[in-house]
Parts: sequence; structure tokens; C-alpha cells
Amino acid sequence: MQEGPVSREIIVARDLVKHYNGRAVVDGISFQVYRGECFGLLGPNGAGKTTTVKMVYGLSPISAGELTVLGLHAGSQSREIRKHLGVVSQDNNLDPDLTVWENMEMFARYYGLRPAHIAARLRQLLDLMDLSSAAHARVETLSGGMKRRLAIARSLINNPQLLILDEPTTGLDPQARHLLWQQLREIKEQKITILLTTHYLEEATKLCDRLVIMDRGRILEEGEPSALVAKHVGPQVLELGLKEDPPAWQEALTGRFAHLLKGSWLLGDTLYLYTDGGNRLLQELQELAPPCHYHLLRAATLEDVFLKLTGKELAPADVEA
Amino acid sequence: MSRHKIKSSPLLFRPEISSRFLVVLQRNLLVYTKYWRSSMMFNFVEPMLYLAALGVGLGAYIPRIEGMSYLEFIAPGLLASSTMWATSFECTYGSFIRLQVQKSYHAIITTPVSLDEVVLGDIAFGAFKSILYGSVILLVFLLLGLVSSPLALFVPLVMLLSGLVFAQLSMIWTSLAPNFEIFAYYFTLLLTPMFLFSGIFFPVETLPLMARYLAWLMPLFHTVQLCRGLVSGQLPAGFIFNLLALLLFVLVLFLPPLLLMRRRLIQ
Ligand SMILES: Nc1ncnc2c1ncn2[C@@H]1O[C@H](COP(=O)(O)OP(=O)(O)O)[C@@H](O)[C@H]1O
Ligand SMILES: [Mg+2]
Repeated sequence: MQEGPVSREIIVARDLVKHYNGRAVVDGISFQVYRGECFGLLGPNGAGKTTTVKMVYGLSPISAGELTVLGLHAGSQSREIRKHLGVVSQDNNLDPDLTVWENMEMFARYYGLRPAHIAARLRQLLDLMDLSSAAHARVETLSGGMKRRLAIARSLINNPQLLILDEPTTGLDPQARHLLWQQLREIKEQKITILLTTHYLEEATKLCDRLVIMDRGRILEEGEPSALVAKHVGPQVLELGLKEDPPAWQEALTGRFAHLLKGSWLLGDTLYLYTDGGNRLLQELQELAPPCHYHLLRAATLEDVFLKLTGKELAPADVEA
Repeated sequence: MSRHKIKSSPLLFRPEISSRFLVVLQRNLLVYTKYWRSSMMFNFVEPMLYLAALGVGLGAYIPRIEGMSYLEFIAPGLLASSTMWATSFECTYGSFIRLQVQKSYHAIITTPVSLDEVVLGDIAFGAFKSILYGSVILLVFLLLGLVSSPLALFVPLVMLLSGLVFAQLSMIWTSLAPNFEIFAYYFTLLLTPMFLFSGIFFPVETLPLMARYLAWLMPLFHTVQLCRGLVSGQLPAGFIFNLLALLLFVLVLFLPPLLLMRRRLIQ
């Protein structure tokens, strides 16, 4: 294949569009993923993340625009592309009737590899994902976290040039999620290119070298997580739970402290003040003494960026079934 | 790079098929090794019950048909229909579980295996079950003295064709099915009438002329004719047409399941 070993771009998307029933669920997005980086698509449910990665691995025909993966055309050469891809889909799709080991073996065969020839590699992957002791357990009997780890081990069998992780920790409990993050960082260290979708800011912050923020099929911003935070909200946020007349207080405070603020946002009765001088702001605030349920000075995160860009919260609390 | 607009049109449909479908078949066989006992039992018992109740019980009151006892007459028919049932269950409920519940299709098509090959792998597995279950029953019939011609050695060939046709028909239904309930219609409205009017229990010549023409549209009618001819050693005059009809079904039904499954999954 003409993958171009020197080419730095693993994925090039230009004005990519996907229509469903006349509605653009991916609405003209452009981005590049470079060799060796972990690139994130961050956005709420329905933003078009899964649709985008499906176009990358060829299971969703492109409505308009261009998409090149590994130097190949994503619409017409998708089989060739998939030979060099590892895909962990959003839904669990392991073979429940088979054991962990048999799942690995079958996947090797789908890639045209002989399990007997690569047994050492299969064992090594199970080791990497902490599944060696469960090798002969039926998949049905595994916990959610183990299943997800197996899906990841399985996706690495063919030594992929691009690993696609669609919401890799959605549905896991916090402990399993943290363990998985640790393992994903280990995979990252092997310099494999990763395209990751998530609606967890913490996940994006911890894993992504670069990311785009997506909402309703469009890209709102692109950059390194820390650069995005610095650009839009500054290093700190002062959260005020206002007791009365929040809009009036917003106006009063932003007027009075303009020299300290990078912006503000009011969500219900919570006022977010983006600042690079948090302690001074707190001190000076004492004079005005706005009536508050609480105040909280904390480091700004991507969540604040998202809030500022879209006016809504990205993910509800960090708990899920 | 130029802009490509990919439109899927049935006229431009180009199947993506290679020997990779055999790996999908292999996957199904691997899973099958884990539950073959119970599955085989279920598929074996039913034709035996019919044989006992109708062939032995009812048959005592029925004169010879085409020179055969009623038991001898219906046995090859039940053989043919048992392959229909086995394949149809596999490629409806079995395939739908893989498709909708286990998402195996989704998983496999993220690899270089194409969706066409996945569907073909399932069809091949359906045909495998037809041959396997049919052969077991044929063997039992042999032991019961119900096989009177060495031509019966060709019956597995008929089972292969029968397996392919019913696997294809079932996959069409599966690719359109919104849920499990819908398969009841397939079995009740399509397969059961075929089972009753394909000349298993009485020669179709008994039926009005219209119904006899209709029988030619039913794949089971042809497999029954062929099985009975091969098992008894008295091939019907038009057996070559029965064979051609089956081949024609296999050919005509080749693309629709591939096309429909693509429409369902590649969106
Ligand atoms: N096959 C489909 N047919 C119609 N609409 C779809 C289909 N798949 C996804 N959508 C719609 O496209 C939008 C984006 O979905 P998706 O890409 O799954 O978002 P995300 O992965 O970011 O949650 C959603 O509104 C979803 O309902
Ligand atoms: Mg999604």
C-alpha cells in the first residue's frame, strides 16, 4: 500500500459532512491527526463523534468532503485501511460464548494472522491489559472493566498504525475507569497513534495531546488541552453560588473587576468568573460581599472551556450505570 | 485528491467477497462446538415425532402411495423439511442474535473482513447445519430400513442446495427484522405452509392445478422431490428441473441478503 512512511498525517479530514435523513449530524469538520499523537474528539452525546470515527473506519459512507486515512481514501479503500486499524467501538461487541483467549484468536484470524504464529504476542497483549489470569474464562463472566480491556487487547492484535477508541470508559465505574486510563497511558507510550472520542473532560485532559471540541456536528475549538484552557478561561475559576438576583450581580462584579477577569458565565444561580488572579479577586470581593451560598476558587478545566463556548455543561456528574 | 461522492445504488452493487468468509464460518463452528449436543437433539427429535405419529400411526390407515408405504413416502420428505427448519432457525434467530444482541457483525467488520463475507459466513454455516442434521437423520433412516437406494449418497448435495436457499431466504428476513417477534411471521406464514404443501404428506398432484404451479415456487417442494427420488431410487421424471430450480433459487437469492444487510449496517 502507498501509506507513505514519511507522511506525518495519519488522518486528514476536510469539510467532512454526514447527512442522516437530510440532517447534517457531522457538519463540515476539518482536522488532522498526526503520527504518534493521541487526538481527541470531545463533545456531548449526539455531537457526531461516533459518526465521525465510523467514517474513518469505513462503516459510514461520507456524504461530502474528503477523508484520507493512512494516505488512503476512506470511502473506497476502507478494507485496505482497516488492515492497519484497531477499533474499539462504543458498544461491547465481544463474543460472549467464547473465552478470552478464543476471542483473541478469532480476531487474529479476521486479520489474516495465524494464532499459532503469534501466540506470544497474544499473551503479551493479555498481559498488558491485565487479563492473563482470565485467559480461559468465558467472556460472559467478566466484569465491565475486564470486557473493555479485552476489547482493547483485541484491537491491538494487528499492530495497528491507528487505534480508534470510541468512548473507551463510558459505562465503567470510576475505579475501573482510572485503571483503564493508566493502561491507556501505557499504550500511548508505545507511540501508537490514537483517535479517542469521549464526553469526559477528565479523560480528554489526561490522555489527549490535542483535541477538538465538537458540538452538534461542528468543531468549536482545536488545540492542546492546557492551551485551550489558557486561551479561553485562564488558569483559575471562581465559582459563586449566588443567593439573590444573579444577573444583576454578574453585571456588577464583571464591571467592577474587569481588570482581573477573562470572562464570566452565569448558569442558573452559579456565576463562573474566569481569572488569572484568583486570590486577589477573592480578597477584593470581600469588600462587595455578594450574598453567596458558597464560593469556590479552583483550577480551570476543559469543562469551563466547554461551558464558555457552548453555554452548557458537557457531562452530567461523573457517575453512570 | 478529488472529491468522491459515494452513493449506494443496487445497480452499482459490487460484492466484496474473498475466502475470508471462511473465517466467519470458522467462528460459528467454534461457538457451535460448545452447544452442539442440545442443538442437535432439538432438531433431531421433531422429525422423528412426525415419523412416528404420521408414518407409523396414521400410516396404518393409508394405502400405498406411488408404490411406497406411507412411512416410506413421508420419511424423505421429513428429511428434506428437517434441513429447512435447521437452517432457518440458525439464520433467523441465530444470526439475529449475532447481529443485534452480540453485535458480532459490527465487531467483525471493523477488521479487514467485509460485511458481505460476514453474511456469507452465516449462510455457509446455515448450509453446514442443513448437511449435518440432514445426514444424521438420513443415517437413522438407513438404520430403520427406510433407505432403499445407493442413490441416497447424493442426498447431501440436495441438503447443500436446500441449506443455501433457506439460509439466503432467512438472512433476507433477518436483515429486515426490527425485533425477534417478526420471525414468528416468517415461520408461520412462509415456512409452515411450505412444510404442509410441498408434497411431504401427500403428492402435490392431489392439489388443484393452481396450487401445483405454486408448489414450483417453493424450494422445499424441489428438495422433497429430489430426496424422495434419491432415497427410494425412483427419480421423478422431471428431477433435473427440480435440481435446476434449486440452483436458480440459489443464484437469484445470492445478492439480496448482502445488499439488504449493507443497507442495514453501513449507514
Ligand atoms: N444511523 C443513524 N440514522 C439516523 N441518525 C443517526 C444515525 N446514527 C447517528 N445518528 C444521529 O446522529 C447524531 C450524532 O450521533 P453520534 O455520532 O452517535 O454522536 P456521539 O457519538 O457524539 O454521541 C445523533 O443525533 C444521532 O441520533
Ligand atoms: Mg458515540
